[in-house]
Amino acid sequence: MVETQLNIEKIRKDFPILHQEVNGKPLVYFDNAATSQKPQCVIDALTHYYNTDNANIHRGIHTLAERSTTAFENTRKTVGKFLNAAEAEEIIFTKGTTEGINLVAATFGRKFIGEGDEIIISALEHHSNIVPWQILCEEKKCVLKVIPVNEKGELVLAEYDKLLSERTKLVSVNYISNALGTINPVQEIIDKAHAVGAKVLIDAAQATPHARVDVQAMGCDFLAFSAHKVYGPTGVGALYGKRALLEAMPPYQGGGEMIKDVSFSGTTYNDIPYKFEAGTPNIGEVIAFKAALDYVNEIGLENIAAYEHELLEYANELLADVEGFRPIGTADQKASVVSFLIDGVHPFDLGQILDAKGIAVRTGHHCAQPLMEIFNIEGTVRASFSVYNTKEEIKYFVEALKSSIKMFKK
Amino acid sequence: MATINSVQESIIENFGMLDGDMEMTIGYIMELGAKLPEFPEEHRTDENIVKGCQSKVWLYAHLEGDKVIYQADSNTAITKGLVSMLTEILSGQTPDDILSADLFFQERIGMNRFIGTQRSNGFGAMIKQMQIYALALKSKIGA
Repeated sequence: MVETQLNIEKIRKDFPILHQEVNGKPLVYFDNAATSQKPQCVIDALTHYYNTDNANIHRGIHTLAERSTTAFENTRKTVGKFLNAAEAEEIIFTKGTTEGINLVAATFGRKFIGEGDEIIISALEHHSNIVPWQILCEEKKCVLKVIPVNEKGELVLAEYDKLLSERTKLVSVNYISNALGTINPVQEIIDKAHAVGAKVLIDAAQATPHARVDVQAMGCDFLAFSAHKVYGPTGVGALYGKRALLEAMPPYQGGGEMIKDVSFSGTTYNDIPYKFEAGTPNIGEVIAFKAALDYVNEIGLENIAAYEHELLEYANELLADVEGFRPIGTADQKASVVSFLIDGVHPFDLGQILDAKGIAVRTGHHCAQPLMEIFNIEGTVRASFSVYNTKEEIKYFVEALKSSIKMFKK
Repeated sequence: MATINSVQESIIENFGMLDGDMEMTIGYIMELGAKLPEFPEEHRTDENIVKGCQSKVWLYAHLEGDKVIYQADSNTAITKGLVSMLTEILSGQTPDDILSADLFFQERIGMNRFIGTQRSNGFGAMIKQMQIYALALKSKIGA
């Protein structure tokens, strides 16, 4: 195995939040799949915006409006390049992945999906890629189909083949499972969907922090992700859509920015992407989003992915030694997520004892209750690693886990 | 017979010895839970589950003379410890005393710091359920 070339100590210094004690112990932050921490450059970009450039975008002629508009649109260009979109106009700013998916359901879904049509999702989805389609199906009387998973937490593609038909209008799947870390074969899923004329939406919320995502190479029709999982601010995300589709779709919400002309006899809508961006957006956070992507680009996603994989392998090695350890999700292709149970110990108890030791993990169903049902469990403990985590932290975590388990064996 | 307030005072004293150490406190709460008498299986029904708790908590109450006896259980060790403190304080007391009780121990031991917002909402739900039982059983005594 090639040892990482990254200077992790230097990277850790970029994240001020990591250098604190929690419950009297040094913080070990392993809840990165929920949200990542923010480097100083992102925090600086936010404060710089509010200190010097704050103004509403696109409509002002004054200097501050010009500055904020330029910075805002620069983020759009950076996101476009980050995803290798054909043009920046194919990037729509949203509140996050959830809103991106809801936007597609409310616009593409409203116009192009009708009674008897079928939408395919997978058993690995987050609630935010289940519920918007259930709402649409209720309204449009269309049908939701689910690609099943095997005992390792991998999608069963043979079953996917059987679900696909000319009735399939949309396939919406995640690239990487938030609950288990499974990396899905999205290329195959996209190609097979296109072969029956269906469109594809990729939920890339868990992928963008760990993998190079190239929307043109993949050929997906839509892709949604959130800034806050890629070291950026909360409340901001991006939806990529192919130009022809975005142009054919009706607007999402009505309001300012999304119009060309308004009169009481009728309104003409703005061009993309503005047609989908009604109201004043989260300007400062969008601007700081660029700083986050610049930061990722500087370290290099490939380097990040390689280092995180090292952490995952190290964790798996140490955890195999823990009494009663039961991993949930053992896919061959996995992101740096360990979801597990300890025999005889409830995840909530474990999460709280680990917190007392300064370790932040997530416990529960991870917004994927149907998946938990398949595994016949209430939830798991999930440790998810990021580029600023270290092997020392993993070692401390595993030791903490062992001593926590002892508390139950008394 | 210990009073509601005297039991609370002894809980406060025991927590005081833990010196605010989070790990020791959680360990202590779990030990308290482990001492809870076994919960009767016939009462482990859905209607005896306390609504509003993230963990599963079963709570049952009956009268012995004019005193309310509570029995409880949970699927998580920490929550079991938390509910055991409540049964220790309120079990064996009269409905009137339970309904007028001031559960000052929560603030004095700094409970919120130990259990977080979600669990403290659940804790509130347990107390409310115990009061509802007391009220229902009070009308039985009166009848």
